[in-house]
Amino acid sequence: MADIRTETMTVNMGPQHPSTHGVLRLVMELDGEVVQSVMPTIGYLHTGIEKTAEQKKWQQVIPLVERMDYLAAQSNSLAYALSVEKLLGLEMPQRVKDIRVLLAELQRIASHLIWIGTHGLEIGAVSMLFYAVRERELLLNINELIAGFRFFPSYIRIGGLREDLARGFHAQVKEFLDRFPAKIDEFEGLLTKNDIYKRRTEGVGYITREHAYAWGLVGPIARAGGSDYDVRKYFPYSGYETYDFKVPTATEGDVYARYRVRVAEMRESLKIAQQALDRISPTGVFACDDTRVVPPPKDKVYSEMEALIQHFLIYSQGFTVPAGDCYVPVEGPRGEHGCYIVSDGSNRPWRVKMRAPSFMAIQALPTVVQGGLIADVVAVIGSTDVVMGDCDR
Amino acid sequence: MDANGIIESLTPLVPGAAFEAGASVDFATVYVPAEHIVATCAALRDHLTFEVLVEVTAADYLPRAPRYEVVYHLLSVAHRQRLRLKVRVAADGTVPTVQPVYPGAGWLEREVWDMFGIVFDGHNDLRRLLMPEDWEGHPQRKDYPVQIQKAAQTYAPLEVTQEQFRASLERDRVKRPH
Repeated sequence: MADIRTETMTVNMGPQHPSTHGVLRLVMELDGEVVQSVMPTIGYLHTGIEKTAEQKKWQQVIPLVERMDYLAAQSNSLAYALSVEKLLGLEMPQRVKDIRVLLAELQRIASHLIWIGTHGLEIGAVSMLFYAVRERELLLNINELIAGFRFFPSYIRIGGLREDLARGFHAQVKEFLDRFPAKIDEFEGLLTKNDIYKRRTEGVGYITREHAYAWGLVGPIARAGGSDYDVRKYFPYSGYETYDFKVPTATEGDVYARYRVRVAEMRESLKIAQQALDRISPTGVFACDDTRVVPPPKDKVYSEMEALIQHFLIYSQGFTVPAGDCYVPVEGPRGEHGCYIVSDGSNRPWRVKMRAPSFMAIQALPTVVQGGLIADVVAVIGSTDVVMGDCDR
Repeated sequence: MDANGIIESLTPLVPGAAFEAGASVDFATVYVPAEHIVATCAALRDHLTFEVLVEVTAADYLPRAPRYEVVYHLLSVAHRQRLRLKVRVAADGTVPTVQPVYPGAGWLEREVWDMFGIVFDGHNDLRRLLMPEDWEGHPQRKDYPVQIQKAAQTYAPLEVTQEQFRASLERDRVKRPH
């Protein structure tokens, strides 16, 4: 056998590969089935949103940032709105905070549903995608109800929300919350004790807590490796400190642990959403009372001169934000979504920077998959839940 | 711990560095001289438990001098604390890379170079990350135009005549062992 000539083979994976969640390209050097090295190439989905945001007025940036991480749109806009409100020094009414929490948790469930569907699809559990997307449809219907837009509702605005909740919101959310626990059981019935799934995921793609911290991974990936860091608990925002929920963790740090953490997160999100729904009154205040930022009610615009002027100012000049900078993180579905903004005191942002969890996850990917089998690469990419829109921005 | 407290604990750990507290509305901000950034990060990680580098980014303050600020966001999970480090960089200045301290800084610094053209000394792979490899200029700079027209950057199409094609075939046939 000694005279068999062996050499490594270079394989290109992507950018148009179904398991790369968009347009991630990997150039892999293989020795047989063993991965020797991986070189990720990103940037295929770079759309210059941060540059564009500098040309827009503060409130016009909301729809832009929602298109960064397109599976967790309201996580982006929440981070952006909170950071601008921090510079403005605005405090939101309790009802607005509760509605934002509810939307953020529904968004987390929607994002995790796409994750569980595509992750299952990639490693052979094809039917997972259909079950998951069916449930996500109900969440998109809720978005459509409140904002008329299913993917990028732009419902969270600087200074509050766009408008009051639509009629029938409570009933529709309650229907989903009542229905979904049984559906998580159904997902778990398909995967959690599935022997094929466990063999593909257990002991694969280890990321320990130290490894995750060194590479800047904070979020579900670190929590599956023993971290308990969750922005909602460590740096509460929007009133998360008043909600009763646990942060699911695991210690193994493999693909299967990340799966269990995310499934448990969906159950915790349901708990938070239920508490938030109970607190929200069907109608009520939906924005703060700062007239610099929040346009006056439409009926006043037609009857009062001051309201007309204010309306005109907000929609023509926009509002100014005090000079300075700030960074506000929120716990997005993929980890810490942070928004760093710089203002020069004018009506347009000087700099908007989103901290992208997928960016960090793809950077760390080679350290996770090297030395493993090529088939595991697909499982690991799926378990890190990367979204290229988030990565490339 | 506020910025002054952090500077107090840092000063004995990084001899010779002149730290400066910055104004902020959210958490402590410390200005660090560029030449001391690596030692500062190492001291923060090893002695003050700032084990996560959350973000590296930059802002272009044209026409101010020094023109850029490179911004590092650090996180201490143990002490539930965040810290912002800022490094002032002149238009032609460089910053040492913090990769030896935080391996995750690699792509973050690469993106800053890609977008702002700020060079990180000692970086092992300072290439284009988000922009195409043959891109000219650094788009996030304030003097970079928002709307520009560029000629399509494509390679010349492969044009082979029938004769060249046959010649190539013949050449290949001779070379290939039977």
